Amino acid sequence: MRLIAENLACDRGGRRVFAGVRLSLESGAALVVTGPNGVGKSSLLRVLAGLVQPAEGHVAIEGGDDEATPGEHCHYSGHLDALKPALSVAENLLFWRAFLSAPDEPACFGLAPCDPEAALERVGIGHVADLPAAYLSAGQRRRLALARLLVTARPVWLLDEPTAALDAASEEALTELMRAHVNAGGMVIAATHQPLDLDPVSTLRLEAAT
Amino acid sequence: MSGPTPAGTWVGALFARELRLSVRVGGGALIGVLFFLAVITVIPFGVGPDLNLLARIGPAVLWIGALLATLLGLDRLFQADRDDGSLDLMLMAGRPLELVVLVKCLAHWAGTGLPLVIAAPVLAIFLNLEPLATGAVTLTLAVGTPALTLIGAIGAALTVSLRRGGLLLAVLVIPFSIPVLIFGVSAADAAITDPTPFLTPFLFLCALTLVASVVGPFAAAMALRFSSD
Repeated sequence: MRLIAENLACDRGGRRVFAGVRLSLESGAALVVTGPNGVGKSSLLRVLAGLVQPAEGHVAIEGGDDEATPGEHCHYSGHLDALKPALSVAENLLFWRAFLSAPDEPACFGLAPCDPEAALERVGIGHVADLPAAYLSAGQRRRLALARLLVTARPVWLLDEPTAALDAASEEALTELMRAHVNAGGMVIAATHQPLDLDPVSTLRLEAAT
Repeated sequence: MSGPTPAGTWVGALFARELRLSVRVGGGALIGVLFFLAVITVIPFGVGPDLNLLARIGPAVLWIGALLATLLGLDRLFQADRDDGSLDLMLMAGRPLELVVLVKCLAHWAGTGLPLVIAAPVLAIFLNLEPLATGAVTLTLAVGTPALTLIGAIGAALTVSLRRGGLLLAVLVIPFSIPVLIFGVSAADAAITDPTPFLTPFLFLCALTLVASVVGPFAAAMALRFSSD
C-alpha cells in the first residue's frame, strides 16, 4: 500500500499556508514532518486526514480499499484527545472501538487490532480503567488517546505532536508502539520536533510559503 | 480478536454514549426538566389565581415551556464533540454523518425530551388541567418534541463553531419550530373543546416530526461537513 499526495496546497483563513507539497509513503515506513511553528504541519495532517479540503492537489491511497476515502484509512491523533471526562477510561475506549471498527475490515490490511484491556496495559494506564477520564493527568489522557489507535486497526497513523505532555519513559513507549506499527506494515506520519527513532524514516521539512 | 462487527454495533454504542453523557455530571438531562418546572410554576403567579383561565391557556403554556427547555440543551449537541476533537474522528470514520446526527438527536431526545414528556402530567396539575387535557398535552408533547430536537439540530450544527452560539441557535430555530407549536397546541386544545377534531392537527404534528427526522439530519450533516474546515 502506498499513500500519495501530489502538489498539495492548503489555505487557512484566506492565507496560503503551504503549496506544492508532495509526498509518497510506502507500507512499513515512517515520515516525520518538521518545520517552524505556523508553517502548516497540523494543516498538512488535517488535509491528509480529509478534515480540510486542499486548495490544490489531492491525496490518494494505492492498494487500499477503493470504496473508502483516504481519511478512512487513517487514525488521526491531534492536539485534542477526543475524551469525555464524564465517561470512564474503559467506556471512552470501548466507544471509539465500536464506532471506528468497520464490519468489513477482516484483515485490516494485515494489521491486527488489540484487545482493549491489552491496549490500556500497553500504554501503561491499565490500572485506571474504571476511573472517570476527568481524573486523568494530561499525560494519561494522551496515553488513552493513543490506546484508541491500537484497538482498531488503520494502516496510516497521523500523529500531531504525539509526544506533547508525555514524559521520557512514555515517549520511549510511544516510539515502541510506532515501531511495532511500522514493522507490521503500517505507516506513521508524525508532525513533531523530536527526532523519531524509527527505521526507515524520512523527513519532510515544510518551509514557509511565499 | 475483534472480528467482524455487525453494522448496528456502532449505532448502539453511539446512542449509549450520548445517553450516558446526558445523564451524568455536566449533562443536560436534569437541567431541562428543572427549567421546565421553573417556567411552569411561575405562570400561575404571573397570570393570577383564575383557574378557568389557567385551564384554557395550560396546553399552550406547557408547550412553550417544553420548547424553551428543549432549546436550552441543544447548543451543546455538537459543540461538546467539536471542542474535544470527537467530531473530527466522527467525520473521518466514514460513517454516514446523517445517521450519526439522527442517532445523536434520538439519544438527546431520550435524555432531555423524554423527561419533559414524563414531567408534563405532573406540571399540568399546576395549571388546573383536566385529565383529558393532560393526556392530550402529554401525547402531543411525546409526538412533537422529537421534531423540536431534530429542527434544533440544524441550528446546533450551524452554530457549532461559535463560542456563545446558544442564543443565536434559539433565534435561528424558533421560527422553524412555530408550525410544531401551532399544531401541537391546537391538537391539545381540540381534545378539550368539543366541536374541533383532535385527529387532524395531531396527524399534522406527526407529519412534521417525520419531515423533521429527514430534513434535520441531512441539513445538520451538511452544516457539520462545512464546519470542519
